[in-house]
Amino acid sequence: MKGNRMIKVDYLARVEGEGSLYVKIKDNKVEDVKFKIFEPPRFFEAFLRGREYKEAPDISARICGICPIAYQMSAVTAMEDALDMKVDGQLRALRRLIYCGEWIESHVLHVYMLHAPDFLGYEDAIQMAKDYPDAVQRGLRLKKVGNDLMTIVGGREIHPVNVRVGGFYKAPNKAKFRAITEELKWARDAAVETVKFVSTLRFPDFERDYEFVALRHPDEYPLFEGRLVSNKGLDIEIKDYEQHFAEEHAKHSHALHSVLKARGAYFVGPLARYSLNHDRLTPLAQQMAKEAGLGKTCNNPFKSIIVRSVEVVWACEEALRIINEYEKPDEPYVEANPRSAVGCGCSEAPRGICYHRYRLDDNGIILDAKIVPPTSQNQKTIEGDLAEFVPKHLELSDEKLTWQCEQAVRNYDPCISCATHFLKLEIERE
Amino acid sequence: MEGGESDRNKRSLALIIGVGNEYRRDDGVGAEVARRIDKLNLPQVRVLAHSGEGASLLEHFREADLVIIIDAVQSESLPGAVHLFDAGNSPIPVDFFNYSTHAFSVAEAVELARALNKLPTRLLLYGIEGTDFSAGIGLTEAVQVSAGTVVERITNDLKQMASSHCS
Repeated sequence: MKGNRMIKVDYLARVEGEGSLYVKIKDNKVEDVKFKIFEPPRFFEAFLRGREYKEAPDISARICGICPIAYQMSAVTAMEDALDMKVDGQLRALRRLIYCGEWIESHVLHVYMLHAPDFLGYEDAIQMAKDYPDAVQRGLRLKKVGNDLMTIVGGREIHPVNVRVGGFYKAPNKAKFRAITEELKWARDAAVETVKFVSTLRFPDFERDYEFVALRHPDEYPLFEGRLVSNKGLDIEIKDYEQHFAEEHAKHSHALHSVLKARGAYFVGPLARYSLNHDRLTPLAQQMAKEAGLGKTCNNPFKSIIVRSVEVVWACEEALRIINEYEKPDEPYVEANPRSAVGCGCSEAPRGICYHRYRLDDNGIILDAKIVPPTSQNQKTIEGDLAEFVPKHLELSDEKLTWQCEQAVRNYDPCISCATHFLKLEIERE
Repeated sequence: MEGGESDRNKRSLALIIGVGNEYRRDDGVGAEVARRIDKLNLPQVRVLAHSGEGASLLEHFREADLVIIIDAVQSESLPGAVHLFDAGNSPIPVDFFNYSTHAFSVAEAVELARALNKLPTRLLLYGIEGTDFSAGIGLTEAVQVSAGTVVERITNDLKQMASSHCS
């Protein structure tokens, strides 16, 4: 086996957005790893300046067509923190419901269309569908249930328009949920089948001692409330996020790299959520995780496909619970009173925590905004995975090793479009 | 009509889907064509705007016998050039309708539907060559002109189809 090799993927397939991968191996040692994000920067934080507080949910939702709810929920909770508002009862339940819809559609898209082909040896879902038509059709129908939930609560499935600071523009009638209840019951069963399906895949033997970071709520599997905790001692309020986390510019990426100031790289997303909140899952979700061979924590990122499937079981059950208990609230939103203040919000996007901070003036105009999406937080960990994975698999052919490196990136379901929100321009002159 | 769906004519003969992002200039041509057709209130024609996320798009294929998708493309043709693909005739070139950052986009949706035997009776794709995909609203002049041409072509086909359907 030659000692010097280069793995280069100029355009990563089956990830959201545009990125590439570069691994340099010298004398059988990994000398350099770069997960490059070259999608153009999008300047959303600058767009938000000068806009009204109530515009933030709809503007920031435009960051992503796959996970707009994550941006909306982080934005509204940040604004409500700034304006000292409490959104509770059925309005809070509706927020959890629409977020469950997003988890279902986003996770199922990744499990069936983007990640499963890696494990089964297909170029893409189209090739896979020829041999696994039932599985792919199950995935499409299951994903649609998530999209339908988003449409009912959010007004439409892509960039929902019904979410506002304080609640919703319009609360759905109870009758709207009748039609989807039976389909959701099917979805819960299909999610169970999904866990069984993915548990039969073969997983590379790969584990690392990650620092997992996720929200933790006193009673619930977390969505948009709780404390930020880690398995290495972090336990802070959301408002203290910036005291503990920093964003760094990496020359090869249009997305900032996030680090824990005390310890460096960390891991957000399904594996972190699961490992820090296993006891908050429903009994069925816990049982399915156990049957799939997962412990109460999971340190193998390749098994994220199982964890996502377990979270879909949980999301279907949570959605059914909310719909069963739903009563249309008297008012669709709580009134806001603009004031000069700073507010922070954090929610669990399908790919991990999404942090927002806004500073408002007396009239509720945004003076500055900070948005930290999950993929930018995972970049360093993705590169760390590759740096450890590659030396252990140097016996593989270039083609096979490249395939597995791409798969290792896809473990994180990276949403590159979300991550590219900032560019530090550097001009070098001689 | 941006992103919304007309709620009339639930049982439709034809479904027109405008794909793209109106805030990325020429990428909004699909939505523009859809909006103009929607205003014509053609009988038994449903119109919707869509982001182009493939798995969700595919689910709409079952809603009509004839589905027409309009999207912006970048294929190094002249600005505003109109390309027409009939999915029944040949596979859709995946790279062609891929001016999207979605991992699973329009061409993949069509080919997955083909693999699963879920194509509608007829599926047409109009691709309009765009030049400016930067952030902002408004189409470039050539694309604006082609939007009108495509609206005319589609409405003529729909009218012909409706009259043959009635007779």
